[in-house]
Amino acid sequence: MSALPLLAVEGLTKHFGRAPHPVRAVEDVSFHVAPGEVLGLVGESGSGKSTIGRLVLRLIHPTSGTIRFEGEDISRRPERQLKALRRNAQMVFQDPYASLNPRLRVRDIIGEALDAHRLASGSRRTERIAELLETVGLPAAHMSRFPHEFSGGQRQRIGIARALAVEPKLIIADEPVSALDVSVQAQVINLMQDLRQRFGLAMLFISHDLDVVELMCDRIAVLYLGRIMEIGSAKDVASRPRHPYTRALLAASPKADPDAPKIRRMLTGDIPSPMAPPSGCVFRTRCPIATEECARNVPKLRSAEGDHQFACLYDMANDERPAAA
Amino acid sequence: MSMNTPSLLSIQDLEIRFRTEDGEIAPVRGVTLSVAPGETLALVGESGSGKSVTSLSVMGLLPRPAGRVSGGKILFRQRSGRTVDLAALPLSDLRGLRGAEIAMVFQEPMTSLNPVLTVGEQIAESVRLHMGLGHASALKRAEEMLDLVEIPHARRRVHEYPHQMSGGMRQRVMIALAMSCNPSLLIADEPTTALDVTIQAQILALIQRLQREIGMGVLFITHNLGVVAEIADRVTVMYAGQVVETGSVGEIFRTPRHPYTNALLNCLPARARRGEDGRRVVQSIPGSIGKIGDGCAFAPRCVHATDPCGVGTVLLETEMDRSVRCLRWREIPA
Repeated sequence: MSALPLLAVEGLTKHFGRAPHPVRAVEDVSFHVAPGEVLGLVGESGSGKSTIGRLVLRLIHPTSGTIRFEGEDISRRPERQLKALRRNAQMVFQDPYASLNPRLRVRDIIGEALDAHRLASGSRRTERIAELLETVGLPAAHMSRFPHEFSGGQRQRIGIARALAVEPKLIIADEPVSALDVSVQAQVINLMQDLRQRFGLAMLFISHDLDVVELMCDRIAVLYLGRIMEIGSAKDVASRPRHPYTRALLAASPKADPDAPKIRRMLTGDIPSPMAPPSGCVFRTRCPIATEECARNVPKLRSAEGDHQFACLYDMANDERPAAA
Repeated sequence: MSMNTPSLLSIQDLEIRFRTEDGEIAPVRGVTLSVAPGETLALVGESGSGKSVTSLSVMGLLPRPAGRVSGGKILFRQRSGRTVDLAALPLSDLRGLRGAEIAMVFQEPMTSLNPVLTVGEQIAESVRLHMGLGHASALKRAEEMLDLVEIPHARRRVHEYPHQMSGGMRQRVMIALAMSCNPSLLIADEPTTALDVTIQAQILALIQRLQREIGMGVLFITHNLGVVAEIADRVTVMYAGQVVETGSVGEIFRTPRHPYTNALLNCLPARARRGEDGRRVVQSIPGSIGKIGDGCAFAPRCVHATDPCGVGTVLLETEMDRSVRCLRWREIPA
């Protein structure tokens, strides 16, 4: 990474509830996002991916670790000093039905963001709202409508317009296309790609859908029970996965191709509770190659090649398999 | 479906109407499909396609009195060999079939299980009702069923309540409940949509294993094309309340003949193509399902549409094992 990262997260940890059994939602997570870069956070329920998004926006307080935005540590900054962050980083939510105030007209949903940061008023405000709607592919005339008059895909466009209103540098998109039908999902994906290019936006793209993440992201971090299992370029992680969990996740995702091989390595059992994560490697209770060694220490991220890293004692690519597997 | 294979379920030109504040609407207005014994038919469509309403009508679960079957037939071959029209069957007869010969698994196992009964009691209740077993043997059967769906420690977990289980385990309980009376037809409405992918893979494998062992027909309703490719023998695609295409899973994915099927498949992120600027772009279908007027419902969004597509009724044409509802399907390259 040559340029100064826009976002740098170091040892980020979030526990909910009190000792002795807090919910360990995020545990010692580190990553960075360069300006204009899209990092995908992938994982199943309880992986901590949404919590990381909320921590980065300081919607919740970290238990420990640091979050730097443009070099400045914002992890413990009091709310009243977060205005610059609120302007520079914006969120797009999953549920376009729950994330828009049903009593406000589109004009005011988007206008609120402009007002909060005193970006435009009077006729300039109206012009700017019209411009933002057109940017996301909606007619400006729709600004006097209410959210219920729109379809799911159109609502998601309004949510994106609201996020763009303050001209942010970073967008946290939490499952932005998961609630949408396939044909609408494709429209929103393409819109987000266009906007990214046009405005040089960086994104944290949170999703459980590997196909969508591979398409949208430059790099991918795979999470399991609050920890990063593997991180690297989208291409490396998706086509040359090194961690057994990434491999299992890829194998379990059904391919829309009836000729694709059906027999897949299947993970047995459930995802353990984040209140009582396994000792050592958190994945070991479901891992096909786990050994006793895996229960002892939390495996550190190690480098595969370039900036591709994975947290496993055994490197499946180099046949470092335990004898039993 | 070739005519010489007797169908287990045969829906013929089904039409369903709902009374709403704004007058009557027809969310289903032309569904023809069939499921043979031992076969999995995937019913695919986006929101508003009418796929879930279709599946509810088979179980006689349309909301009353607002919804009703206003046309067509839902023919079901009973174990006795007799074929009945479920759309015309008195509710009391339908209740006898539900659970016993036709079972259903829904998307959300938390809301479809009774929160104040143990999972064992719920399965036992169904078995007592449909198979006439006594209390003790019904509970024994419940335990066997939990074992069958690979719930570990079935003997202990039979006494647990739904909230004590994970989403995946609850869906296994739903399947155990559905299987408890050896149904010949299983209707699975988005049974894995709320689950994580590693758990989804387990549940799909379980449904397939049980289907092989029991030989039941499965009507699998889903919007997930990956799941379709994984489990279906044949596929029926719905758009705006109508069946637009039916074919074998291989044909549908390799040579879709209806422009909607083709466009839908091209919306998949895995089929994204690299554009001139080097970026990978997915195709999308412009617009959304609009007001349904005359002619083909997909015509306003269809790249192949011509003037005749906008007028008159387009019929579902069948050739060999393929059915397509499109005026131009023979001339459009597959």
